[in-house]
Amino acid sequence: MNVLVFLVPLALSLGLAALFGFLWSLRSGQYEDMEGASLRVLDDSDIEPDRRDGKLR
Amino acid sequence: MTAVDLSHFVTVNDEKTGHLDLAVEGIDCAACIGDIEGGLARVPGVLAARVNYTLRRVAVDWREGMLEPAALISALARLGYQARPFSLQAAESASTAELKHLLRALAIAGFAAMNIMLLSVSIWAGNVTDITPETRDFFHWLSALIALPAAAFAGQPFFASAFKALRTRRTNMDVPISIGVTLALGVSLYETATHAEHAYFDSAVMLLFFLLAGRTLDYAMRRKTRTAAGNLAAFKAESAEKLLPDGTGITVPAAALVRGDTILVRPGDRIAADGVVLTGTSGVDESLVTGETLPREVAPGAVVYAGTLNRGGALTLSVSAVSGGTLVDEVQTLLDKASEARSRRVILADRAARLYAPVVHLTAALSATGWLIAGAGLHQAVIIATTVLIITCPCALALAVPAVQVVAAGALFRRGIFLNAGDAIERLAQVDTVVFDKTGTLTLPEPRVANAASFPAKLVEDAARLALSSRHPLAVALTGELRGERRPFEGVTEEPGRGIRATVDGDECRLGSPEWCGVAAPADPSEAGSVIAFRHGEHTAVFLIRQALRPDAVAVVRRLQERGLDCRIVSGDRPEAVAPIAEALGIAVWTGGVRPAGKIAALEALAAEGRRVAMVGDGLNDAPALAAAHVSLSPIGAVDLAQAEADLVFLGDRLAPVCEAIDIARRARRLMTGNLLFSVFYNLCAVPLAILGVVTPLIAALAMSGSSLVVTLNALRARPPKLAHERPSPVPLKAMPA
Repeated sequence: MNVLVFLVPLALSLGLAALFGFLWSLRSGQYEDMEGASLRVLDDSDIEPDRRDGKLR
Repeated sequence: MTAVDLSHFVTVNDEKTGHLDLAVEGIDCAACIGDIEGGLARVPGVLAARVNYTLRRVAVDWREGMLEPAALISALARLGYQARPFSLQAAESASTAELKHLLRALAIAGFAAMNIMLLSVSIWAGNVTDITPETRDFFHWLSALIALPAAAFAGQPFFASAFKALRTRRTNMDVPISIGVTLALGVSLYETATHAEHAYFDSAVMLLFFLLAGRTLDYAMRRKTRTAAGNLAAFKAESAEKLLPDGTGITVPAAALVRGDTILVRPGDRIAADGVVLTGTSGVDESLVTGETLPREVAPGAVVYAGTLNRGGALTLSVSAVSGGTLVDEVQTLLDKASEARSRRVILADRAARLYAPVVHLTAALSATGWLIAGAGLHQAVIIATTVLIITCPCALALAVPAVQVVAAGALFRRGIFLNAGDAIERLAQVDTVVFDKTGTLTLPEPRVANAASFPAKLVEDAARLALSSRHPLAVALTGELRGERRPFEGVTEEPGRGIRATVDGDECRLGSPEWCGVAAPADPSEAGSVIAFRHGEHTAVFLIRQALRPDAVAVVRRLQERGLDCRIVSGDRPEAVAPIAEALGIAVWTGGVRPAGKIAALEALAAEGRRVAMVGDGLNDAPALAAAHVSLSPIGAVDLAQAEADLVFLGDRLAPVCEAIDIARRARRLMTGNLLFSVFYNLCAVPLAILGVVTPLIAALAMSGSSLVVTLNALRARPPKLAHERPSPVPLKAMPA
């Protein structure tokens, strides 16, 4: 059962990482504008015009 | 045009950057975000502009001193968006903070529940196979290590509420929850220390997780309503023209006015604050406040109220907190009394909790003593009492009502109906009588042209277009008939006190009093104040401007009557003005000329007959009646005070929301009762098992999650079937008249 000594802390630290990730995203205001986030991804004005159609030069 | 002072809304950080929040109308596509942010970034001095699409708001930061805040609003206007400055209301920021706290607690409870369940499943599997006692103890200690801090943080909302209830010698749902969770954790800790086979860490934390999920949903719904209401308030907020000591005028928000300020009210303007007339005489339309449709004559020294409309000449007012035997005072006293009566009301969930908590605690205590008498040890008796508390912990019960409320509130929200009080849904479902106010409720808040159909369409169109150039209330009402583009004629000149004129298609157009246009005034003198005449060459028209019924008022009243609801009118307007409306709607029982106290008396008389009354009203004079009624609804045109008292607020020109809200509420109440019955049934099945001592942690986990799931799925049925005309996600602000 020695394997538990590694696996249990590993499982817990993965879970904790996800928890802190969520708390960080909550604190940095990423849940303030859920509808806006889904639309901002469509905004392509930051891409150079000749690459907008997805073709690589 | 006077300068606009927005400093009331601006916050300045470190004297370097200014910050302003704006509520914006017309954000409805992905491109709007880029348009607005890009457009504002081009204004010199702007550091950052960020659109919040969900809330329809824009936050702007700029280098202080580099720009006038009013320039931001005009920049947005040039882009085609209407914006209004906005100050966060206390209720809204409090609910935002509370929601964040709940989300954090929910995340921690979720993390703990998942990881403890991982360990628990291993233990349950191991118990029927070959787990060693050492490994089991190790897993139990790990569970304790996760569960104790998690419960201490995530349980706070329940512990705090239970403590508050106990201190005032009451009990609510949170009391059995807190006792159950604490006892389960304590017993599990003892079991772990004595190397026992079972521990209940997973049950305690999962319980918290489910309960927090229900509560978070509830708060998220309420916050959505609050922010939408905040935006509407920003658009409705009045501004006033304040006269500085040197005689120049400056436009300030009404919220920034203080006692002693002098304000100028032009003809056709709404009066922004209570005050005493200093100079000028005028007729003041108080229909939104008292329901009376005839204007009241005022002269220097007279008292005028905020929310009324100046129909005559320009007035200057000294802003004051009007006091002493006025209507506002009377309303406020009645309001305090009515609100006091309202706080004694008990809602369904609390009633269930009152029965529930003693029964549960008694059952747990009895089963412990029963086992002691039957010869079991103290240890076994305490464990059984704990399992009884865990299995009966009101997971399903605490979700039963809020889950339905959230779904029903969402359905109402999509129809443009905002919920002020969560328990309004159940109260609305019990209603058997609907009492309507007349002015602004059955009729539209803004007057309309009553006889447009009797003139050629071209003539009406020209009159309406010419009316765009005037701010007189009658002309403003006439612009409602405009079908084409809203472009005023060029070269319009105004004759003060008589009307306006312009040259159109080579002929002179005149809009104003009948004498000025050279047409005969109407025979009935009582209509003299509500007539506007138009002459274009040889063609003439005399338009009657009147309070118009809401377009669907007749149909809605009939639908309500078909549902067995008794409809009545109690109005502050003259009886002769109420009679034709009541006749048109087919309402047999009506009274007119009623003071605010009379409205309450009428409602109390109905309540004494054993009726449950829904009050639908909008004026300041309705506010006490709205607070005193069993449940109240108010259209959005309403004066602020009325809105604050109403349980539900609805948008737009239609009256149909009254009927829709009652339908949704009745459906929701059926589901709430169904859910509560299911919870009782579940407890009747599970409690005997717990008393017999056969509930292992595995059975507890299955029973708890199963019952919560059933109740939540049942709640989803509160969504009524989609209507054909219903848009997928209407923008609430769009429904508001500009």
